[in-house]
Amino acid sequence: MAGTIKLEIVTPERVVVSEEAQIVTAPGTLGEFGVLIGHTPFLTALQTGAVRYLDPQGGEHFVFVSGGFAEALPDRVTVLAESAERRRDIDVERARAALERAQKRLAEQRSREAVDFARAQAALQRALVRLKIAEKSRPQ
Amino acid sequence: MATLKDVKNKIKAVRKTRQITKAMNMVAASKLRGAQERMESFRPYARKFAEVLGHLAARAGEGAHPLLAPREEIRAVHLVLCTSDRGLCGGFNTNLIEKAQAFYREKKAAGIPCSFTAFGRKGRNWCRKMNAEIESEHLGIMGTAVKFGEAQGAARTLVEGYLAERYDQVWIVYAEFLTVARQAPVLRPLLPVPPIEQVAREPGAYEGWLPEHLCEPSAAALLGEMLPRNVSVQLYRALLETSASEHAARMLAMDNATKACNDMIHNLTLAYNKARQAAITAELMDIVGGAEALKG
Repeated sequence: MAGTIKLEIVTPERVVVSEEAQIVTAPGTLGEFGVLIGHTPFLTALQTGAVRYLDPQGGEHFVFVSGGFAEALPDRVTVLAESAERRRDIDVERARAALERAQKRLAEQRSREAVDFARAQAALQRALVRLKIAEKSRPQ
Repeated sequence: MATLKDVKNKIKAVRKTRQITKAMNMVAASKLRGAQERMESFRPYARKFAEVLGHLAARAGEGAHPLLAPREEIRAVHLVLCTSDRGLCGGFNTNLIEKAQAFYREKKAAGIPCSFTAFGRKGRNWCRKMNAEIESEHLGIMGTAVKFGEAQGAARTLVEGYLAERYDQVWIVYAEFLTVARQAPVLRPLLPVPPIEQVAREPGAYEGWLPEHLCEPSAAALLGEMLPRNVSVQLYRALLETSASEHAARMLAMDNATKACNDMIHNLTLAYNKARQAAITAELMDIVGGAEALKG
């Protein structure tokens, strides 16, 4: 390993992650991508999904992100997200409730306005991803 | 001399007032700390955002996006007015509303209709009084822990309204937080997005990125995503600054009120003691006079 890159994940409300990492993978709109040290300058929009990174000791971390951008530079990765949570901060109960709510809304709303539909779909997506990330933390 | 009792009552009343203003001062001080912290924690995001947006805009050039291009004919404008929900904060709301009023009058004189988005009860009430059209109002969030979501929702409406050509310009009036002792009402354009300044990168950061930065999906598409978000970012900042300014203004106003109470209590106590002493002297004179008369 040639070295580490600086990973920063910030939301409007706080700085969620500011750490060194060996490798970072993030869900770009055109597909998942990984960043090692020396990456070409790169800017992309992100999907709702999980940013995964390995700390210098090899520990694996997951961070939920939604609605954001990532900028990769040779020595750093910056993620600007509307919301971001570390795996241990995910509120599983809330995500479950949000999932049910979104499913209900989608079920009864197929015919209604496209905007509401898209919004419910986005909420569903966020809830699913949150739960998926939270699942991974359980001891196998 | 019933005044002796009156003065005493008055002193009591002023003491009670002082207790309240003092408490409000301390509450405002602690809320101000919270508001300042929120402003602090928003800064990294805002800086990074401005940095990336500046580079993208420079690359995409002007007129690359409908939110960037100024319209030639201004048929209607929209003003976002940020004030506080509650009073007792000195000239805070008056100053903001004056700014809005000057703008409103100017547009009215030019025959351009102006609609409003009101953050805060004071501004909303003023809009009602002026019989101005209120497109949306947001009460109960100013001065609290404002969520980014609030700004986002409102910004979405603004962008939709702008793109639907309900108005051709959007401005915002808010209180800029300069220092704890100084807050200035400012009027800024929100839409079309004013020319984006290049923000200097953090010192020591990687320099040569413009020419070979890869963009996904494309620079123009990214810009299209970021510009509406920029409105949320600007609005959120305005809300945070106004909230912090409100607490700072209230803290100062209450501090002055407490000082005025102290002065009043001091003067009243002096008056009370004087009156009491005068009464004693008068009584003594009576007794001495009586004794002299008996001797005679």
